[in-house]
Amino acid sequence: MWEYSEKVKDHFFNPRNVGLLEDANAVGEVGSLACGDSLKLYLKIDPESDRILDARFQTFGCGSAIASSSALTEMVKGKTVEEALQITNKDIAEFLGGLPEEKMHCSVMGRDAFHAAVACYRGEPAPRELLEGELVCECFGVTDKQIEQVVAENDLSTVDQVTNYTKAGGGCGQCHEKIKEIIARVRGERLAKEKKAQPSPRRMTNIQRIAKIQEVLEKEIRPMLQHDGGDLQLIDVDGTHVSVALRGTCTSCPSSGFTLKSGIEAKLRELVDPDIVVEEVAA
Amino acid sequence: MKVVYLDNNATTMVAPEVLEAMLPFLSERYGNPSSIHSFGGNVAREVGRARDHLAALVGASPQEIVFNSGGTEGDNTAILSALATMPDRREIVTTRVEHPAVLNLCKHLARERGYKVTWLSVDRQGLLDMEEVRTAIGDRTAIVSVMWANNETGVIFPVEEIAEIAHEHGAMMHTDAVQAVGKIPLNMKACAIDLLSLSGHKLHGPKGIGALYIRRGTRFSPFVIGGHQESNRRGGTENVPGITGLGEAACLAAANIREENERVMQLRDRLQEGLLEAIPYAHVNGHPGFRLPNTLNIGFEFVEGEAILMRMDDKGICASSGSACTSGSLEPSHVLRAMGVAFTSVHGSIRFSLSRYNTDDEIEYVVREVPGIIGFLRQLSPFGREDLATVCTVQ
Repeated sequence: MWEYSEKVKDHFFNPRNVGLLEDANAVGEVGSLACGDSLKLYLKIDPESDRILDARFQTFGCGSAIASSSALTEMVKGKTVEEALQITNKDIAEFLGGLPEEKMHCSVMGRDAFHAAVACYRGEPAPRELLEGELVCECFGVTDKQIEQVVAENDLSTVDQVTNYTKAGGGCGQCHEKIKEIIARVRGERLAKEKKAQPSPRRMTNIQRIAKIQEVLEKEIRPMLQHDGGDLQLIDVDGTHVSVALRGTCTSCPSSGFTLKSGIEAKLRELVDPDIVVEEVAA
Repeated sequence: MKVVYLDNNATTMVAPEVLEAMLPFLSERYGNPSSIHSFGGNVAREVGRARDHLAALVGASPQEIVFNSGGTEGDNTAILSALATMPDRREIVTTRVEHPAVLNLCKHLARERGYKVTWLSVDRQGLLDMEEVRTAIGDRTAIVSVMWANNETGVIFPVEEIAEIAHEHGAMMHTDAVQAVGKIPLNMKACAIDLLSLSGHKLHGPKGIGALYIRRGTRFSPFVIGGHQESNRRGGTENVPGITGLGEAACLAAANIREENERVMQLRDRLQEGLLEAIPYAHVNGHPGFRLPNTLNIGFEFVEGEAILMRMDDKGICASSGSACTSGSLEPSHVLRAMGVAFTSVHGSIRFSLSRYNTDDEIEYVVREVPGIIGFLRQLSPFGREDLATVCTVQ
């Protein structure tokens, strides 16, 4: 038994804009019978203004798939194509007062169908994320591009979440490792972007800088060293001057000086403060 | 709104007589059956009566009945016991369509403990190939576990015949009879099955109580180790209210089994005929003959099961579906997939399971309401008819 919002139930029991649109000039279709849900979206777009005059749908699927389709048609009607392209799967879920996590793929299906319809209208081959890319999940036919997009847009961090949003990984489970890699890649890129977007590190207080240095050492540097049997301990921070003691195999490693400068210092400069100097001290 | 309950393979209503039989043991008669005093000893006598009733229902001796917590415990106990008592045999034979209690246990045993599991397939009608069964069972087989009747389709398996084959190879035979007990007559005295699991809540008894039948003379290794209860075969103070409830339920089932086979089957057949007549592109899943009298599994093409169930629920009709969406997993029913049911209808499969508490009026109500629901959802569906495929060349 799913806990559906009143709005989901309303759009399921009283779906809006159902059926064929005879004079449609854009059709988008996603999903398949085998996958358990499928949405065919029809749009009538005014070629002069690019405004969506009418939208209809046909959906094979569960309650939330039908509700998401109905919501989508309501959301895009009256908007220009450009405006409607800004609608994300999250917007569809929010319009419906939320969807159960396991059903988020229904909102993604809505978004994908709209993008497919717009591609059709514009005479483009098909949306990039549906055609290009490497097939990751063979059971449900999901590519790495689709997974990347959903992970980035919805800030996903686990395989289960990716399955809830795209179905990928919900069958035989053989692609779980690949999905993990994609999540790590997307999140890594995003983390780097966020770091760059941070305000000038010079404005950091001493306490903030110390906390940040500790965080980077714990999350980025120590796991790397521990992987090779080494380790490190933070001894002191004085302004931008960081003292560390190397442990384990690092103490006897001939390349530890190199590790210190090119590894640890470079990382701290990149992520905390470009003026940081790292120095090794005896513990 | 009145509820029409057609989901009796999931669970059943507790019969009023069962509740009445249980109540004293939830209040004044709280004694422990193991006690020396008569306050407890009188309760032990009631446990004994319940054991007699249950034994009579399946044609067993009371000593062959061990009460436990239900079907899953029975299945785990039976299979693990057989493996423990035959350590030199490392193979299990079972089917692709078992209940998760057997299916996932066998997968676990294969993965974690290195047992070889042979998964018997079923045909389009859900039946086993007896030649395949014969080939699968060998001298290294410790246990053969085949359900008596399938929960999704109601298909009945020839477990008595399979037990003979198992014994020819010195293997034990277990059957998960959770769906069969109380619905069709079973007689353990007339067959060679060693171990049989059953569950109270599928036959109008309470939840959390069940039993394992262990044929006299069968080597056995307990699953729940503890006190001397159940003749050292299952530790733990007896669930006395559950046991007395199950005993009463067994008594009622024995008295009603003829009705189950006649009146309930007539209701089921009327439902099947009514729905198939009114709804095109619908067909029965599972062999129409070798089937429990109460079960009807229909695949409605071009529509999805959860959507059907939600609209039926809106009309007060309770059933269940093999659709992926209803289970929370994305994979549709393993049973229907094993049968090779086409994807066009596996997602739209609905199981109606009746009980002796259903009435003619209820069935007529369902026959009236369901065609409209399927029709409405088919109007919504992009599949199954001419469409606007020509507007756009994309996809």
